[in-house]
Amino acid sequence: MNRAGLRMAIMAAICSAVAAASAHAESLAVRNCTWCHGASARGYTPAPSLAGQRYQYLRKELADFHARTRDNPFSRQYMWGAAANLGAGTARDLAAYFSALPPKAANDGDRELVAMGRAIYQEGKPEANIVACVVCHGPNAEGVAQIPRLGGLAYTYLKRRLEQWGEGYHAAAGPPMPDIAGKLSPEQVEALASYLSFIK
Amino acid sequence: MRRLSPRLLCAATLAAISAGVSGAGGMDGAPPGGLQAKIGYCKDCHGPSAQGYRGYFPIPRLAGQQTEYLENQLRAFIEHRRTNNIMFNVAHALNPATIAALAEHFRNLNPAPIGGAPRELVAAGKKIFEDGVPDANVAACAACHGPEATGSGQIPRLAGQLYPYVIKELVNWGKERGQNPARPDISAIMSPVAHSLTKAQIDAVAAFVSYLK
Repeated sequence: MNRAGLRMAIMAAICSAVAAASAHAESLAVRNCTWCHGASARGYTPAPSLAGQRYQYLRKELADFHARTRDNPFSRQYMWGAAANLGAGTARDLAAYFSALPPKAANDGDRELVAMGRAIYQEGKPEANIVACVVCHGPNAEGVAQIPRLGGLAYTYLKRRLEQWGEGYHAAAGPPMPDIAGKLSPEQVEALASYLSFIK
Repeated sequence: MRRLSPRLLCAATLAAISAGVSGAGGMDGAPPGGLQAKIGYCKDCHGPSAQGYRGYFPIPRLAGQQTEYLENQLRAFIEHRRTNNIMFNVAHALNPATIAALAEHFRNLNPAPIGGAPRELVAAGKKIFEDGVPDANVAACAACHGPEATGSGQIPRLAGQLYPYVIKELVNWGKERGQNPARPDISAIMSPVAHSLTKAQIDAVAAFVSYLK
């Protein structure tokens, strides 16, 4: 395990221990999240930004962690424990809190791939049966309801997430993302992740 | 527009040859990747049973739709009669044989409506659908779309159509449909109707048809 991974593991261990001990205090619950997701909730290493994420999406993800249906390695390692003792009321309050924070772009993608990523996002690749992301995720990648905001998320997170759909993770979320992401080439994944990382 | 790459040309040629051999494709051959891959592509947005999907933009139900309507709309995107950048790109990658096969596939699907419209609007919508709005000279929707809202020919099925989609279409009718003056089409019939309905009436009739099976 690399140094960042070790640090995450230690933090997550602390987080889940604290969460188990105190499901009642809202301010403490927020701090449990920001240990890993960054003091401004704008993401930190593999933990994605929560700031400005869609309320319904956050609630759904917390429910999926709780039910252990979101199943990629980091989810198993960190979020299953973090969400294990999360009551419905606390989950709702956390989702409301983080969705109201202002998002900020990670800006960590490859600038040379932005044009390619934008073309896929806005227009799709009809001849390759790749749909345009904009239809569901919105013109500014802002998301809606249970469909997540993608704009400004970190390149590394977006890239891994897209790769994982193709690898069979997150299948419980249902169609259409496993099918769509499975059609993307590695370069197209990098291009999309780059483009999205710069969206404000 | 887009330059055809040698690889794509090669794939298209191969597809045309294999379609000719198998007899499965039309004159222009099967789409690259085959018809099933293209159906899956449509369903990525329109839903696994083509029941429609509430994305950032409402994506219409295609299930049970009239084949002539679907074929006419796909041509309308290409001919700039109907403005929609996404569907313009999508339709350009479809040949006539593929369009016919897709329309036939979707015609035969019959999933339940996705619902979600305000139930309290349904009664008012039913009245408009069946009786029209005499004061505004709006004919009964049922007169053309049929008593079960199943449509006919180039007149679309509305039964089970998404509530926000029907609203969007009626509100934007004059800006989305019949946009090519050189090619007037059947959308002209709806223009006065869409224009004469109030937003509240549009909401009501959209709610009513969205629950029809």
